[in-house]
Amino acid sequence: MKFQRTLVLAGLLATVTGPAAVLADEQFVGLPSYRVGAYASGGSGLFGGWIDYMQMINERDGGVGGVKITWEECETEYNNARGVECYERLKTKGQSGNTVFMPVSTGITYSVLEKVPQDKIPMVTIGYGRTDAADGRVFPWVFPMITTYWSQASGIINYIGTKEGGMDKLKGKKIALLYHDSAYGKESHAILDKLAAKHGFEVTKIAVAHPGNEQQSQWLQIRQQRPDYVILWGWGVMNPTALKSAAKTGFPREKMVGVWWSGAEEDTVPAGDAAKGFTAAGFNVAGSNYPVIQDIQKFVYGKNKGNMEDKSRVGSVYYNRGVVHGMITVEAIRKAQEKYGKGKAMNGEQMRWGFENLNLDDKRLAAMGATGFMPPLKITCADHEGPGKVKFQQWDGTKWKVLTDWVDSDRALVRGMIEESAAAYAKEKGITPRDCSKEG
Amino acid sequence: MQFFFEVLIGGLLSGVLYSLVALGFVLIYKASGVFNFAQGAMVFFAALTFVGFQEVLPGWLGLEPGSAVVFWLAFVLALASMVVLGLLTERVVLRPLVNQPHITLFMATIGLTFLVEGIAQGIWGANVRGLDLGIVDEPIEWLMDRSGILVSKFDLFAAAAAGVLVTSLALFFQYTRIGRALRAVADDHQAALSIGIPLQHIWGIVWGVAGFVALVAGMIWGARNGVQFALTFTALKALPVLILGGFTSVPGAIVGGLIIGASEKLAEVYIGPMVGGGIESWFPYMLALAFLLVRPEGLFGERHIDRV
Amino acid sequence: MLYREAGQFKTSYSADQQIFPILQDRYGYWVILAIFGVLVPMLASAYWLKAILIPVLIFSLAAIGLNILTGYAGQLSLGSAAFMAVGAFGAYNFRLRIDGLPFLVALILGGLAAAAVGVLFGLPSLRIKGFYLAVATLAAQFFIVWVLVKFPWFSNNASSGVITAQDVVILGYHFDGPQAKYVLTLAVVAALALAAKNLVRTATGRSWMAVRDMDVAAEVIGIRPMRAKLLAFAVSSFYCGVAGALYAYTYLGTVEPEGFNLDLSFRILFMIIIGGVGSIMGSFLGSAFIVLLPILLDNVVPAIFGNALGAGFASNLQLIVFGGLIIFFLIVEPHGLARLWQIGKEKLRLWPFPH
Repeated sequence: MKFQRTLVLAGLLATVTGPAAVLADEQFVGLPSYRVGAYASGGSGLFGGWIDYMQMINERDGGVGGVKITWEECETEYNNARGVECYERLKTKGQSGNTVFMPVSTGITYSVLEKVPQDKIPMVTIGYGRTDAADGRVFPWVFPMITTYWSQASGIINYIGTKEGGMDKLKGKKIALLYHDSAYGKESHAILDKLAAKHGFEVTKIAVAHPGNEQQSQWLQIRQQRPDYVILWGWGVMNPTALKSAAKTGFPREKMVGVWWSGAEEDTVPAGDAAKGFTAAGFNVAGSNYPVIQDIQKFVYGKNKGNMEDKSRVGSVYYNRGVVHGMITVEAIRKAQEKYGKGKAMNGEQMRWGFENLNLDDKRLAAMGATGFMPPLKITCADHEGPGKVKFQQWDGTKWKVLTDWVDSDRALVRGMIEESAAAYAKEKGITPRDCSKEG
Repeated sequence: MQFFFEVLIGGLLSGVLYSLVALGFVLIYKASGVFNFAQGAMVFFAALTFVGFQEVLPGWLGLEPGSAVVFWLAFVLALASMVVLGLLTERVVLRPLVNQPHITLFMATIGLTFLVEGIAQGIWGANVRGLDLGIVDEPIEWLMDRSGILVSKFDLFAAAAAGVLVTSLALFFQYTRIGRALRAVADDHQAALSIGIPLQHIWGIVWGVAGFVALVAGMIWGARNGVQFALTFTALKALPVLILGGFTSVPGAIVGGLIIGASEKLAEVYIGPMVGGGIESWFPYMLALAFLLVRPEGLFGERHIDRV
Repeated sequence: MLYREAGQFKTSYSADQQIFPILQDRYGYWVILAIFGVLVPMLASAYWLKAILIPVLIFSLAAIGLNILTGYAGQLSLGSAAFMAVGAFGAYNFRLRIDGLPFLVALILGGLAAAAVGVLFGLPSLRIKGFYLAVATLAAQFFIVWVLVKFPWFSNNASSGVITAQDVVILGYHFDGPQAKYVLTLAVVAALALAAKNLVRTATGRSWMAVRDMDVAAEVIGIRPMRAKLLAFAVSSFYCGVAGALYAYTYLGTVEPEGFNLDLSFRILFMIIIGGVGSIMGSFLGSAFIVLLPILLDNVVPAIFGNALGAGFASNLQLIVFGGLIIFFLIVEPHGLARLWQIGKEKLRLWPFPH
């Protein structure tokens, strides 16, 4: 829905003069989206789900506590410079300026990381971004929520361990890590090395150069080394290519475990039959049998106000991931309103408090119609990550099937690494960490 | 040793696929001196149009999805779209820019890239799609049984398709009237014009043929990795092939592809682990660069003679 | 009427050869500098400074760098972003590893590091020409980014491979607000642009142009092509390197190697072609055009079409219009915006009289 977009014809000039008319109290959310270019396939689903959820809240509940949510998209093309421009542009839009920034790109996350505390806009990065920002004492304004790459790597190893019949069975096993050769792919290295030392398995790291549309040599290496499992840490076209190449070299797909950026319909459909049996982690599940998705169908698509051009993608992994983005946004508004006044629009600082005190327990998730849809989530002043849990889903050739319950990660190990890294950052930048016992 | 041959054969077969994309560049550069950066986008556009028609045709005409009729009808329609795109490009973009410096024409094709990408995703949406050509991507069993060497059926098929395409193009250029005219244009625009060869006709034909090559490349790459935006990146694989083989040589594109494919895979497998892997992004370029230092016009490129 | 040179007599060679031979241009330069240096930072909003003006200036500097190489010395390069990366990571590492190194010195050292790498990748230009060279510079593009990702030493062993720029302090003054950062960027860019404008008028600049127009002929008249080409690579990479360091320090604050990808290289190439190949002024115009156009489209397209288009199509339409406009500009004015500027000035000399 785009009637929320400020209809200012003056174009650029509009961005200087800022917002025009102000009606009733409205909560503004700026969406830096990408709907063109290489990552548009995932982007269109994610932003569609996010917008549809907020639309559903407006339609079904009349907003949050009577405050309608408004939003505006800004096209980033997944480009850091465009993302910064969007961040700055959205900052002054709406009634009280942008109140939450979710870049959906690690590059843009880093580009605005130091701007958000100055502008007092909380930044929420769900499943990407800077891992050590989970230490809320050093990064009060950044929330890498639900789970981080490190928790995910640990969760995957735990899953493989259970599959093998116990963590002690991992000893002597060979695990190959096929990773996207970039900062994103390298996030997996340190944690896997630590886990390998702890559990006694062996990790072989195999890099795939961007974009990864050719993986002949990598898979021949895998074929030669015969690992027990392959962890696919891919992105974009690298994922279907990996699945196809695995089929080509005869590696069983059941022994391939993907990360959440490898485990969507966009990754398996192009690989066709080669993807059957592939398992991937996810902090949200696919499927439309959840009350929350059905409410979207009823209140949004029923009224023909849906954002998706292709309605069949409602309930896909990326779409549902967008719904999670929407849910966390809405719940933070709700939480903030509890403290700062129902029926009022929240500003960035109040929203930050809302995020920091977010507590989506089973009861709350059930009320939201999202039991099993995402893990129960509790954010505290020190821990901006929350559960760090993932579910594993398997592709059966046509759709994703949930295999497991929420799989935990090695919390102590991951948290230790996060604190160590955050402390190093604090030292480098001369930041004094907050004392969380004094936060209310 | 067996592993070495496996990598080598796999590399050679991948190399043929690079050649397929490089071929589109060569055709256009040869005939009009334009370095067509939009070739990658054209590959994407072609594949997406083909798959798009495959999706919508059954609904429009009441045909059975996945039937041979749908396949060939979609192929013809996609080919027609590519030819129209090629002709339009020639008419709207290149003709007004005749006699401009190379870099301006190059830039215009970059503008064209945005245009084509936008149109492709604007019409057919951003969804990622699979493409099934009916050939399973599996190892050839009897070869596996006898020598233990893994060769993919699909890659072999793709290489054969590329081979047929190149041979027929070579014959077309060698023995038909249009082919001769085309070679004349490639040799010297003005001389060709003065003996009455319609330059713009020829350019139109070349862009049409390049569209056809893009469609074949798009279908094969699309069947390998899925039809998605990343098909435009295939152009990056084709560029080192081009420099190695020479911008103006069809056989050069093939030989260059084979060399690049094989050496890139061998380097990744044997040198990669020493430096941390992922060297496929730059190794072909470095190789081509080193090669150029010896032969600045590429393997089969025309020797450039400077006159003052 | 205002823009006439009647009555301005040149009585010495140096007066005839000065950088702005027309009085109005001379004053104009200072007026423009005063407007952008004093008025703009006072009046413009933080959004304009941080999101538009600073990147426009930084990209202008990179475009000047590429223009020196491509526009003046005739060597097509597609690796500008990689040289920016060298500058950014170079300046970062110099400041990290040398205690108390002044910011401006680090900036220059970053530029020099880029220049050294540039010379290395410029070596093939001695044998390779035209598009062959362009594709060969892609080797630099991919190789440099790969090295920066692969060896954690460059990013001070950060697990994510990302560097966070240190604070910018010159003589005890912290440049942290948008105004301060903008003024600093403007000062560096203006100084380097002026230097470039002067450089291309020297013997070196003329030797570049001779090599560009025909290197064999240039060699015959006694210009050493090797020296000229390598110098062009060095100077060009220096400019790109400084632009890259500014990109990290005054614009983004945190940069990752992948940010300096091929797209960025192309973006800089667009700037010089749209702005005008072989023109310093054109680099600024082109940079402003390429930065502003997508933002303008992103504001205008939804405003005009509103609900009528799906969200995906609206974004794609922007891309289509962007590509279409590039082609349109090339057809209408193949010599770029700088040529339009020139024509405008010619017209202005006569205005308002017909002859």
